[in-house]
Amino acid sequence: MNGDSASRRAVMAVVRPATSGGEPPRSRPVADSVAFGWRALLKIKHMPEQLFDVIVTPVMFTVMFTYLFGSALAGSPHVYLQFLLPGILVQTVMFTSIYTGFTLNTDFSKGIFDRFRSMPVWRPAPIVGAMLGDSARYTVSSLIVVAIGLAMGFRPESGLAGILWSLLLLDLFAIGIGWVFTILGLLARTPSTVMTLGWLVLMPLTFVSNIYVDPATMPGWLQAIVGVNPVSLLVTAIRDIMAGTVTAEMVGFALAAPAVIATVCVPLALRLYGRER
Amino acid sequence: MTVDSSLAIQADGLAKSFRGSPALAGVDLRVRQGSIYGLLGPNGAGKTTTVRLLATLLRPDAGNAHILGYDVVREPEEVRRRISLTGQFASVDEDLTGRDNLILLGRLLGFRWSAARVRATELLDAFDLAEAAKRQVKTYSGGMRRRLDIAASVVRTPDLLFLDEPTTGLDPRSRGQVWQIVRALADSGTTVLLTTQYLEEADQLADRIAVVDRGTIIAEGTPTELKASVGRDVLRLTLRDAGQRETARDLIVGQLGRRVHLEADQRVLAVQLSGSDEALPILDAMARAGLRADEFALGTPSLDEVFFALTGHPAEPADGESEESALEAHR
Ligand SMILES: Nc1ncnc2c1ncn2[C@@H]1O[C@H](COP(=O)(O)OP(=O)(O)O)[C@@H](O)[C@H]1O
Ligand SMILES: [Mg+2]
Repeated sequence: MNGDSASRRAVMAVVRPATSGGEPPRSRPVADSVAFGWRALLKIKHMPEQLFDVIVTPVMFTVMFTYLFGSALAGSPHVYLQFLLPGILVQTVMFTSIYTGFTLNTDFSKGIFDRFRSMPVWRPAPIVGAMLGDSARYTVSSLIVVAIGLAMGFRPESGLAGILWSLLLLDLFAIGIGWVFTILGLLARTPSTVMTLGWLVLMPLTFVSNIYVDPATMPGWLQAIVGVNPVSLLVTAIRDIMAGTVTAEMVGFALAAPAVIATVCVPLALRLYGRER
Repeated sequence: MTVDSSLAIQADGLAKSFRGSPALAGVDLRVRQGSIYGLLGPNGAGKTTTVRLLATLLRPDAGNAHILGYDVVREPEEVRRRISLTGQFASVDEDLTGRDNLILLGRLLGFRWSAARVRATELLDAFDLAEAAKRQVKTYSGGMRRRLDIAASVVRTPDLLFLDEPTTGLDPRSRGQVWQIVRALADSGTTVLLTTQYLEEADQLADRIAVVDRGTIIAEGTPTELKASVGRDVLRLTLRDAGQRETARDLIVGQLGRRVHLEADQRVLAVQLSGSDEALPILDAMARAGLRADEFALGTPSLDEVFFALTGHPAEPADGESEESALEAHR
């Protein structure tokens, strides 16, 4: 009983009388989004097994494809690596972007979102914050692929600058594409649905592209499909950046699809997020 | 209808259906600022739906509600600036530490990083969570989680705090701690809307209680008024042998023609009397039938009995099946 009244006093001491709290808080777009970005980073910190996926898969693909196909496709693994690595970067970021939908779906079904949605928080902040966290994930996984590549003999013409520009372009692309997964995350009933549907979209997008093989060897109809695949456009842009031959037009092509997707999906995602559940 | 902005909550005719089945069917509420208001009702009564409507998470199908004078549908932002919600299911982030949860909420409520950290430490100390501050919430016990959940709602002290079943599933000690916290919040001037399935809890904490059943409010008043509205004299018997309860009930029903309430304790039954002079004949008849009572008491009804009298079914069906069928038989 004594312990109880002590706790009552302790609580009294930290609860400000309702009238003295000053002006009640308002939503702040930037600060709220950054706060949610911080939360996303904390989650990555507490769930390193997620990073495991992000790290192991790209390492595996880079090493496996280079030595498996290198000699057959390009004469030597070393030559093939110069061609493959930009593609693997894109593949890695694409695969990582599924997590956007996965984490949002896990998150939104929890009681804490009732708290957030009953607070004076900028409405899109949880989604924007999640994307900030995803950017960190994209950057980590890209850097790992680049590091592995460099260790295996990848030598881009445009050096460090080329790598940095590539990372920036990848991040922009992934943030645009990520809205598809955001919507998937908001619509799907369970996180595993997000994963299943996500792979269904990602598999053809990544494999029917120019990531692994020069489309010149493909039949004409397939070349046509591969040619308009946004993934191919991005891979080409990154190859050109690494080679130092990139044009503004090429970057524009690469960013067209994510820009369109974002334009369509952002308002839709905000509507879905705002609806009651 | 005029909006009284001195009220913390003013709701009129709130209704909400989910896929055609009504969860709330016209709820009116008046909650004075600075009071503790209890929504009392069994599972599925519509308590959470009411809270979610008032906290701007759901839109009413009909009716309207004002929080401190602001319309929940037309001015949700203004409402959100003044309320906090501790939901029925953990409204803290299980993956984060207790401390990071509080810092995050501080940031979202406009604190600077440094102020948010100071505030988090202060709250963790006061809510007896300092030792667990750096552990992920998923490692917390039920009581710790609840305390953190309430602390999270007062990072900035709101004008109105919603607590949805704050002690469901807690052990008696943790429940006592939560009660002290709620009292402390009310002492500081915060209005608290609390939902509960526990009659004792509403009785202990609330200044006024609304009894919710199947989406409507079936009674409203102070705990004393509610008890008085049912009648003053209740005879409560504790039998020596729980196995004799059915026989005792049949005997009393036969004698008074009134419903007998079987309490959660298998040996206890209670019946409403129209006057204390009805008590002796019952005891007499029981003695002649060989039914032995260890204890009997004549007094004002408990909220449990109030609920039974108001709804015709028990609030917390301990042996719900037999009770329901017994009721049917004697109606
Ligand atoms: N999101 C929902 N979808 C469908 N039915 C719901 C939903 N929320 C509540 N209900 C239904 O509405 C009724 C009232 O539920 P609720 O407000 O949660 O009751 P309480 O909190 O008093 O236990 C119940 O029958 C419940 O099944
Ligand atoms: Mg409920």
